[in-house]
Amino acid sequence: MTSLTIIYMGLFYFAALVFIGGVAYRIYEYSRTPAPLVIPTTPAPTTRSGVALRMTREVVFFESLFKSNKWIWVFGWLFHVGLALVLLRHARYFQQPVWFVVEFVQPFGKYASFAMVAGLAGLWARRFLVDRVRYISTPSDHLMLALLIGIGLSGMMMTFVSHTDIVALKAFMLGLMTFDWQPLPADGVLLVHLFLVALLMIVFPISKLLHAPGIFFSPSRNMADNPRERRHVAPWAAALERDKS
Amino acid sequence: MAGPDFEVPTLTEYTEVPKIKEGATAHLKSFIAGEASQSFLGYPHELPADWKERALDRMGQVLEKFRSVRVFMDACVHCGACTDKCHYFLGTADPNNMPVARQELMRKVYRRYFTLPGKIAPWLVGAEDLTEDTLNKWYNYYHQCSECRRCSVYCPYGIDTAEITMAGREILNYVGMGQKYSSEILTKVQKIGNNLGLPGPALEDTLLGLEEDIEADTGVPVKLPLDVKGAEILLVTPSADFFSEPHVDSLIGYAKVFHAAGVSWTLSSHASEAGNFGLFNGNYETMRNVAMRIRDAALELGVKRIIVGECGHAWRVAYAYWNTLTGIGWGGTDEFSRKLQDQLDMRYPQPMHICEYTWDLIQKGVLKFDKSLNDDRVITFHDSCNVARASRMGDEPGGQFTIPRNIIKAVANHFYDMPENTIGEATFCCGGGGGMLTDDLIEARVKGALPRMNAYNSVVQKNQVNFLALICAICKAQFTKVLPYYGFDRGMVGGVHQLVSTAIKLDE
Repeated sequence: MTSLTIIYMGLFYFAALVFIGGVAYRIYEYSRTPAPLVIPTTPAPTTRSGVALRMTREVVFFESLFKSNKWIWVFGWLFHVGLALVLLRHARYFQQPVWFVVEFVQPFGKYASFAMVAGLAGLWARRFLVDRVRYISTPSDHLMLALLIGIGLSGMMMTFVSHTDIVALKAFMLGLMTFDWQPLPADGVLLVHLFLVALLMIVFPISKLLHAPGIFFSPSRNMADNPRERRHVAPWAAALERDKS
Repeated sequence: MAGPDFEVPTLTEYTEVPKIKEGATAHLKSFIAGEASQSFLGYPHELPADWKERALDRMGQVLEKFRSVRVFMDACVHCGACTDKCHYFLGTADPNNMPVARQELMRKVYRRYFTLPGKIAPWLVGAEDLTEDTLNKWYNYYHQCSECRRCSVYCPYGIDTAEITMAGREILNYVGMGQKYSSEILTKVQKIGNNLGLPGPALEDTLLGLEEDIEADTGVPVKLPLDVKGAEILLVTPSADFFSEPHVDSLIGYAKVFHAAGVSWTLSSHASEAGNFGLFNGNYETMRNVAMRIRDAALELGVKRIIVGECGHAWRVAYAYWNTLTGIGWGGTDEFSRKLQDQLDMRYPQPMHICEYTWDLIQKGVLKFDKSLNDDRVITFHDSCNVARASRMGDEPGGQFTIPRNIIKAVANHFYDMPENTIGEATFCCGGGGGMLTDDLIEARVKGALPRMNAYNSVVQKNQVNFLALICAICKAQFTKVLPYYGFDRGMVGGVHQLVSTAIKLDE
């Protein structure tokens, strides 16, 4: 076992721990913080199933963003759909045998990386070209785009330019998951790719990537418009009521 | 009118997105609240020595108590979707009036004190120390937001800057930086019963005077009853309806509708105000205290129904919050809620908007109109921001858009909507909402009205519109003040029930 393998093993165990633990903690934090008042942005669905539909449209099609700005929508949607396909395709490196769905998306997943990087490039261009977006961009906004584009480009290198030893990589990944550790191929592009992915996982729970779990907890989108029919009282507000009466 | 000491924007065919002008409205500072009103509300009136601890402590509490603020602080990705959506940005070009930048004023502090990256690498993530300068920026820009929620429609995560503005004002109050206008109104409404500080006897006089006017005008003895125990309906309306123009014409309209329907109704001197400025400041307890007056009045008078007059934020609080805050509504199973429910008529939603009530009667054929009496008016309708995006009328989502328009079309012949992207959920705020209806913010009010004025101008030019129909006391006062800056006659402003009042046929 080379020291390189050991370092990457450590890195991925750490990254996975931070990612899963961190996001789980955030979700816990969001879910235990009450929404004391009924504040859906109206017109809003009046039922829970209506809310589920609204949330689905929001998460799958970026409905509000579509209303807002077609450029951001095109770039943002390209990136996210590309990423989703790419991620699904990557599932093949973590399972044996490979799911049918993962087999199915394999060809799309390969080319989805172009959509993903194109979307990211478009979003990044806006940070320079649109004065309003330039004004609100922080260094971390640029770095996040650089990180994602770095992951995309290094991955595409391996898919389309210089293939890495994918069989050995899969053995390494499966080994990580089953604690039956296998050596990692010492391929420069692969090492960059994996390092950036680990970095992304580590910063996820402490960065704006929290928009992913966050949207499901957004009261303006996940509350039903039924305040006259249902009395909605948060626990701390109910305590207030008891104190006063 | 003395000439303004700022440049009034010129009207254009469409509202264009301006290039940003840093600091364009950094000088706009609403008057700070003094000791009397602040101490009544339980806040200091000047910066205490431990202001920083107090501010951060309050911020921590807000993050614990409000999921909106907690999630919205984390979720923003700086995509820029909201940057051209705020009427104050469109009218002033100050980048801090872009919703994301307004949120960022607080997010910078949140990151610095409540997140790991902000603690270890503030420069990287745009985190900043909380300083007096920060507080001053908060004060200025959190009072250049009318909490209209337009940004929340367009944010892919539904981030509502209004929630951040409310949190910001709440924290500012805790360090003695309250706003004079809102602070004094919140004191008056709790001490006297309404935002204008109109005492009971004066209200009684005003109502008697109105009854005489109506009878002189129509020959019909339409009444405006006050504090009548056992009346079926309690009407709660913004106090501006009692003596401001053109508000009072809508009040007369409500009275005529009740008269034509033949129901018993009453106003309350204890709850002679529908508006609830507690909403603007984001303090749950203050908002609850102010709202509780309505419950008390309803119980005291023994009414069966509660109806709310034309007022935007008031309707938001009534529709969306009263049930939570005071148990006015259905579904509560606790003793507190049941006590009121036992008294209220369960055949109706509680509370009801006056437009819902009137439209219901129109549909049942109870009200008769002579539409030609409104023929000198060519009408358009402005969707009030908080009615549009924070409430509903009727049973279906979007009823808040259709019902007022249906009423207008039932009582008048000439109606034209403003351009699609300026009405409905996309409506632009009047520019005076959310605690900004004060003369010390006139520059922001005039400039913030620009997108609405452009849209209005387009129907004035195209359809010869001469009447801007409204369902909000703040909209009415704001447009009456601001229209002349853009070269329009202030007499173009009026209420939906003013149109009803003109056309309704009363029995002799």
